[in-house]
Amino acid sequence: MSNGILVFAEHRAGAFNKTSFEAIAAAQQLGTSLQQPVTAVVLFTDDSLAREVAAYNVAKVISAENPSLAEYTPDAYTDAMEQVVRATDPQYVIMPHTYLVRDYAPKLSARFGKGVISDCIRANASGDRVTFSRRIFLGKIDADVVSDGEPPVFATFQSGAYRAEQAEKGSGAQIESMPVEVGEVRMQPEPAFQEVKQAVDLTKTDVIVAIGRGIKSQENIALAQGLADALGGDLAASRPICDAGWLPIDRQIGSSGQTVAPKLYVALGISGAIQHLVGMKNAGTIVAVNKDPEAPIFDIADYGIVGDLFEVVPVLTEEIKRLKG
Amino acid sequence: MKIIVLMKQVGNKDAILRINRDETWIEEGDLSFEVNESDGYALEEALRLREKHGGEVVVCSMGPQRVKSVIKDALARGADRAIHIAGDDLAHVGPFASATILAEAIHGEQPDLVLTGLQSDDYGFAQTGVILAELLKFPHATIVIEVDASGERLRVKRELESGWYQWYSMPTPALLTIQSGISQIRYATLKGIMAAKKKEIREVTPSAEALSGAAQHQRVTKIYFPLKTKQTQFLGNGDAKAGAAQLAEKLRTEARVI
Ligand SMILES: Cc1cc2nc3c(=O)[nH]c(=O)nc-3n(C[C@H](O)[C@H](O)[C@H](O)COP(=O)(O)OP(=O)(O)OC[C@H]3O[C@@H](n4cnc5c(N)ncnc54)[C@H](O)[C@@H]3O)c2cc1C
Repeated sequence: MSNGILVFAEHRAGAFNKTSFEAIAAAQQLGTSLQQPVTAVVLFTDDSLAREVAAYNVAKVISAENPSLAEYTPDAYTDAMEQVVRATDPQYVIMPHTYLVRDYAPKLSARFGKGVISDCIRANASGDRVTFSRRIFLGKIDADVVSDGEPPVFATFQSGAYRAEQAEKGSGAQIESMPVEVGEVRMQPEPAFQEVKQAVDLTKTDVIVAIGRGIKSQENIALAQGLADALGGDLAASRPICDAGWLPIDRQIGSSGQTVAPKLYVALGISGAIQHLVGMKNAGTIVAVNKDPEAPIFDIADYGIVGDLFEVVPVLTEEIKRLKG
Repeated sequence: MKIIVLMKQVGNKDAILRINRDETWIEEGDLSFEVNESDGYALEEALRLREKHGGEVVVCSMGPQRVKSVIKDALARGADRAIHIAGDDLAHVGPFASATILAEAIHGEQPDLVLTGLQSDDYGFAQTGVILAELLKFPHATIVIEVDASGERLRVKRELESGWYQWYSMPTPALLTIQSGISQIRYATLKGIMAAKKKEIREVTPSAEALSGAAQHQRVTKIYFPLKTKQTQFLGNGDAKAGAAQLAEKLRTEARVI
């Protein structure tokens, strides 16, 4: 009978992703509530990376090994993980919701005739039933989800849903090497790279005024620029503004842009999708102006104004000039 | 090159959402609908690839009759023809079932490329495309921001986290999930809108077998607005201008940032 929790620890070129330890924390908490053992799995060419994970409080670490696992490809990872899941027969397979996992986990779950309960922010066990909570509508609403199907249940957790420091250390888990077969790998990766140095480094500014789709048109950006100037700060944006070419990509804040922690972050017409929040949630003081009182950005804002930014910004700009004057 | 673009219709992003009586979904009665953002970019990429390499762009959308507006808009922007998988509840079947139904509908088309957005703005599963690739036995890549189809193998640039990128190559047929911003989206022209009226929209319904794949591997028991964890000080109490004045004062005296 299926039993236990299998947690996938992700690394890139040997470096573990912080969200992997968050996933371990999630798996440990689930394991405690369900009284089921947690097994971690690391995919690589040999067991050299498994040791770092064995320091955590898990029943054992499976080191799934094959020369094709030197570099990530969805074909190789799916083949390898499928064998580990079949061999361990867990009830739950827990993974971090990273770009890498998004790329292969659905392919893996499809081999078990199902999808993934993706991008969860919580899991609560009552008896032997687990309710997963996930954000829908770009973070505006939460949905509680249960699986009525056969195990295994595949679930991924959003970055920040659990804290990596919560992952309990142990006394050195046993490492089990598991040679796995990998079929034809159709995708050929080239080396990962970063674009040439960004022209604007927003990580060093104290004040950021960021605009989102609520700014409506490129012409209106001048209004936000005026506020940024009054505050002595820099202009930044959510992704759709840069996608539309209204501001260059080096002004984008978020998971695929810059991560900043200024003293003051003013979000104008930004809804607060998780991919934006991860780039700015550590700012000192966060101000949000949004006409939707339920906008998720308010969940992390210190000060909020529910209203039309086109009414707020001119007054705010004048007031700040006056106070500074 | 034959390209199929999967496009989903979702609620308008600017809409104020209300939760329905059963607490299982939102009130759709007062919603207006639009195309899922990244799917719009997937169509644009398909049109550009056709301009460069020739071939055909076929749009496929599933859902109730209202999704025809997404299809018509795609045809007006330049897609050649469309497949509409019709069914009232198809928006709620879960990613594996969606992929199964889509696979059935497009299988006979034998496309060289299937493009879709990287995730939907409503359920946000971020997996229908990848599962479909597995069902069709196609190689795939996700979060794609550039496509080079000029060589023997397809080359795609993928976005990784925190400013990293990576190129992957693979044989065709392949499936790619496209990231928003891959290129600038064109609008439909009047000529395009007129031309679209003559284009074929083939309506199909899923087989009972494909639908039975809709076994509930993830059943929504309840939806609700997230519990707020931070005490936000709301200013102005509905008066935006008063709020602005109060905010300036607070930024000086409390937050001490000016
Ligand atoms: C893999 C991936 C990576 C991503 N990376 C990033 C990233 O790095 N950075 C990023 O920002 N996003 C990123 N996104 C996109 C993200 O999911 C959201 O789509 C995006 O952040 C939304 O931008 P927005 O808040 O400006 O727009 P919307 O979500 O459309 O919000 C606009 C807001 O403006 C408000 N508004 C409208 N008019 C007014 C007005 N007159 N006055 C006041 N308020 C108004 C609305 O109420 C709404 O809340 C990524 C997505 C994915 C899937």
